[in-house]
Amino acid sequence: MNIIKIEHIAKIYQLGTQQVKALADVSVTIDKNEYVAIMGPSGSGKSTLMNMLGCLDTPTSGIYEFTGKNVSEMTDNELAKIRNQEIGFVFQTFNLLARSDALHNVELPLIYSGIPAYERKERAEKALIDVGLEDRIHHRPNELSGGQRQRVAVARALVTNPSIILADEPTGNLDSKTGEEIMGLFSELHDKGNTIILVTHEEYIAEHAVRIIRLRDGLVESDEIVKKRLIPKTKIISQN
Amino acid sequence: MNFWFEMKEGLFIALRALRANKIRTILTMLGIVIGITSVVLMTTAIKGIDGAFQQGISALGSDVLYIDKYAWFGNTDFWEMRNRKNLIMDDFSRFKDLAKLPKASAPVLRARKTLKNGENNVEGVILVGSTADYVATTNFTFNIGRFFTQTEGQAARDVVVLGSEVAKNLFPRGDGIDKTIKIGNHNFKVIGILDEQGSFILGSFNPDNQVFLPIGSIFKYFLNRSRGSITINVRAQSPAMVAETKEEAIGVMRKVRGLKFDEKDDFAVNQQEGLMNNYNSVVGVIQIAGLFITGLALFVGAIGIMNIMFVSVKERTKEIGLRKAIGARRRTILGQFILESSSICLFGGLVGLLLAVMLSMVINQFLPTSVQYSAVIIAIVISLITGVLAGFAPAYTAAKMDPVTALRYE
Repeated sequence: MNIIKIEHIAKIYQLGTQQVKALADVSVTIDKNEYVAIMGPSGSGKSTLMNMLGCLDTPTSGIYEFTGKNVSEMTDNELAKIRNQEIGFVFQTFNLLARSDALHNVELPLIYSGIPAYERKERAEKALIDVGLEDRIHHRPNELSGGQRQRVAVARALVTNPSIILADEPTGNLDSKTGEEIMGLFSELHDKGNTIILVTHEEYIAEHAVRIIRLRDGLVESDEIVKKRLIPKTKIISQN
Repeated sequence: MNFWFEMKEGLFIALRALRANKIRTILTMLGIVIGITSVVLMTTAIKGIDGAFQQGISALGSDVLYIDKYAWFGNTDFWEMRNRKNLIMDDFSRFKDLAKLPKASAPVLRARKTLKNGENNVEGVILVGSTADYVATTNFTFNIGRFFTQTEGQAARDVVVLGSEVAKNLFPRGDGIDKTIKIGNHNFKVIGILDEQGSFILGSFNPDNQVFLPIGSIFKYFLNRSRGSITINVRAQSPAMVAETKEEAIGVMRKVRGLKFDEKDDFAVNQQEGLMNNYNSVVGVIQIAGLFITGLALFVGAIGIMNIMFVSVKERTKEIGLRKAIGARRRTILGQFILESSSICLFGGLVGLLLAVMLSMVINQFLPTSVQYSAVIIAIVISLITGVLAGFAPAYTAAKMDPVTALRYE
């Protein structure tokens, strides 16, 4: 089943009198439990595509169907709901609330879906345990290492049981060892049945995915299965 | 997601944000604290002055007319009034014989003298000279003793009745009755001391600051009979009879003064109602000015809040972007920031209220005031409204941010 179906999507920005074509004509479908990396040099349109996939932005033309629903025609509130319930974001800069502990950061999306406090706490704790942070639940971001912060962000993405996890350069701010640890986490999540979309410009990171889509100048340059996939050795998720 | 859930969660988020910036929150709140304190104190003071005035006026009695050479209010020419014949004792006795409606009437002549009791003295006390009937034109009640009798009045005996404040100053130990005091250079025996009657607002017209003695004594010692013009205090039988009594008084006085039908009145029948109107027009202006000025203080506080909320929204652009990315709707963000500014205002308002209550207790030492329940409710409502209004523009800016741009903001 297609989770994401994009047909001839274009996005044109108006910069003063100039029109900038961030995406010219892109068609992609992504199925459930796929692990896709989107690659491309800067200016290739990969950020625009990611914003589109994440329902943060709507296309100028073309059709975007997310789990069968036409996103291109949704209102702001409907988009907010989709983002809240169907998409888990992981950002390069983690984007955690500095003054709140890990638990509250993970609870945040649940607040916006109207889940009562006791259930939020339970689910957020479970998500934190799932990413191996059971002993860091009440730590604030500044008391956590970079890798731990990103794991809190992954827990926040997972806590709503989203249809896709959308990671934008998730290892960009991490050293290679910690980066490897996070990639291991993604592989495990993929093995457990999650759908993961990874945006990166690093070949080495992209090769953890099953499929790589390369963009150039707003067009799909190539879309292929990774031949020699990198499988990290570290295990984080508890096996119970 | 229902409204109350959103309110509750929004409030938690807002309080968290306020706690995170304690000093800033407190400083911002200070503006509202000052604003609310001054508004509440001003309303309280106005209420206090008003109450004191009403009380003072009612001590004078709403059913009393004052026949005088001068009109107290209105725009009769001063020089014309000054050239009128004085009202004299003969006028009074003829008025008393002819007027049938009054419950009581009494002549009044005032003088100012210093009172002495040994070491204690009170300067510039108003001496009210009258007849024994005077007490019937008032609502006076006695702490101790009595008013002077008809005989004492007619014989112009050297007896005096003290207002409560005067008595307190002359006899701090409260043992004034039957003692002798000096008025000017003459000895008077204290035969009565009044209860507290009026209100400070009337100043030297407050009965508490006056003393009462036979009118004959005033003529005898303090004022030449030809110099003073008396006032005739006339009390109607009931407040409903005031108008009729006034009509009759005018007719009788014209006859007493021997006026022909085409001559104008050469006297005036005054009522404290005039005092009331005068007071209202003066104090009304003061009230509006006072509330306007204190309102400005509140307005400045509100601008402070709006300013800090704009800063806060700008600072937290990235946070707003994140919240939107993970599913916060515009309405949710709008609500969150409005709740933040309203919380500042509400806390500020409550602190301001507390401060106002404490200050009003201090002021109460000089002016009988107390913070009214209505003022409490109004203060809370005003601070909430201020919070919502001051928070709206910044909150709206936050709510309409584009999540993509906000997330990328550094």
